[in-house]
Amino acid sequence: MSGTTGDHGHYSDAFLRGVLDRVKSIAIVGASADPVKASYFVTKYLRDAGYRVIPINPKMAGQSILGLPVHGSLADLPEPPDMVDIFRNSTAAGGVTDEAIAAGAKVVWMQLGVVNDEAAARAEAAGLTVVMNRCPKMEIQRLYGEIGRIGVNSGVLVTKKQPLKKSFKKLI
Amino acid sequence: MSERKSFGFETRAIHAGAAPDPATGARQTPIYQTTSFVFEDVDDAASLFNLQKVGFIYSRLTNPTVAVLEERLANLEGGAGATATASGHAAQLLALFPLMAPGDGVVASQKLYGGSINQIGTSFPRAFGWQPTFVDTDNPDNVRAAITEKTKAVFVESLANPGGVVTDIEAIARIADEAGIPLIVDNTLATPYLINPIQWGATLVVHSTTKFLSGNGTAVGGVVIDSGTFDWSKSGKYPALSEPDAGYHGLRFHETFGHLAFTIHGHAVGLRDLGPSQAPQNAFLTLNGIETLPLRMQRHVENARKVAEFLEDHPAVGWVSYAGLPSSKYHALAKKYLPKGAGAVLTFGVKGGYEAGVKLVESVELFSHLANIGDSRSLIIHPSSTTHRQLSAEGQATAGAGPDVIRLSIGLESVEDIIADLDQALTKTLG
Repeated sequence: MSGTTGDHGHYSDAFLRGVLDRVKSIAIVGASADPVKASYFVTKYLRDAGYRVIPINPKMAGQSILGLPVHGSLADLPEPPDMVDIFRNSTAAGGVTDEAIAAGAKVVWMQLGVVNDEAAARAEAAGLTVVMNRCPKMEIQRLYGEIGRIGVNSGVLVTKKQPLKKSFKKLI
Repeated sequence: MSERKSFGFETRAIHAGAAPDPATGARQTPIYQTTSFVFEDVDDAASLFNLQKVGFIYSRLTNPTVAVLEERLANLEGGAGATATASGHAAQLLALFPLMAPGDGVVASQKLYGGSINQIGTSFPRAFGWQPTFVDTDNPDNVRAAITEKTKAVFVESLANPGGVVTDIEAIARIADEAGIPLIVDNTLATPYLINPIQWGATLVVHSTTKFLSGNGTAVGGVVIDSGTFDWSKSGKYPALSEPDAGYHGLRFHETFGHLAFTIHGHAVGLRDLGPSQAPQNAFLTLNGIETLPLRMQRHVENARKVAEFLEDHPAVGWVSYAGLPSSKYHALAKKYLPKGAGAVLTFGVKGGYEAGVKLVESVELFSHLANIGDSRSLIIHPSSTTHRQLSAEGQATAGAGPDVIRLSIGLESVEDIIADLDQALTKTLG
């Protein structure tokens, strides 16, 4: 997968759409079974949006979140995920990024508030696409006209009719 | 639409938030005149109620027509999100609601609109225990001096009603920032076309959309816009946003929604529990107004400047307060904050005091004598006999609404006609 921007302060909408369109499987590192945690929200939302979601949580290995089997680490996965979504702090994101590279992921996505420039540089040097300090759920909601339902500024202007579909994956 | 880093104000005033209707392709935003929305299934309902996805449940919380207005205004103000309300006063309530608890304080400008002085100065402390401290914000140090450990917000108007007063938002935002509290700016008189307070450091912006935004005097409404830049968790002063919410199974709004926390809380808790949602019909009318906001504001401020210059030379006029005039003590601030024009509301003193003021409002023929501003029609009011009559003489003077004060909201009529009407009515006061 190509399309690193080199500018982690600003990702174009087209770049983010490209990433979210091309990946089919997403490993969520730090997925939680606590229904009020953001990582639970995102796990549920991405599953409902049509992705194959793989929760990663060493304390819950062998159990399930939302019916999805939980793995203990990226190294335990039988096949590489397209994308690794990191719900860990910025420092810990460095080690997770290295595991994502080793696991053969194509995209490393660090959540809102998570930034690790050194790890991003290592991933990009290994040919991965990197997004930092963003939430994939918020970006899907923003890019596909959902987030405005609660008054959020999407920054997206649309003059074409969007097909009515249940899941965003079928929109694109 | 092809992507650009940022579209121009005029483009966004027409398009922001308003995609073609996904159900029908309707190009103009439809009026979704419905109280409620069906769920796809039980899981869909649970996701919506738990805030795990955003959508429509009940129009007290969210409505597709109102949501377009919210996104439009969030975009025009450069904010993260917006919550529309039934009126401007409801917006002020919604802005303070997540920040304040009984005994907490708000430091506010003593030159706020008289209705806001009533709301923040009398009703809020009586009903909710929110303690106001009114200061002269012309000297920003007065704001610093008034802030205590209990102060949770600073409240000012970018362009004050009725005085022609421009607030030094940047200086006051710095003081609020140093104290770790948000600055709330009422931007009703200036509109986002003339100034974006968020660019100067405001955390929250409130509007009465009833005025220039809707523009034709058709729809009452308000909005709270959040910049998305304030850290609600840092100080522990804002538990409604940073601590677990019992109504949502212990969810922490700021931790879960980050920069969208205030806007999502505004709907999920503010509108849910206080209830002042905006009617879809009013949102539709206001959206239509906003489409032409840039064009209208250009003419509003051009007409207002000409009227102010006319009044300044009139023998029946003692003084004119319009920040667009070089004689105004706020002229330098107006040039900094309002380079496209100092608004279309101005005050002046009619010679002869209270009696002359009454004579003037009863003698105008083109102007409408009523208690509103920001209409396409030119409006006139004598505050001391109307909007500010509940205040004491001292309170009227402090608010810039003494017995000789006349407030004008300059409309979009031919400016020659506006000036001629004022001239004939002013001449009668000399009689």
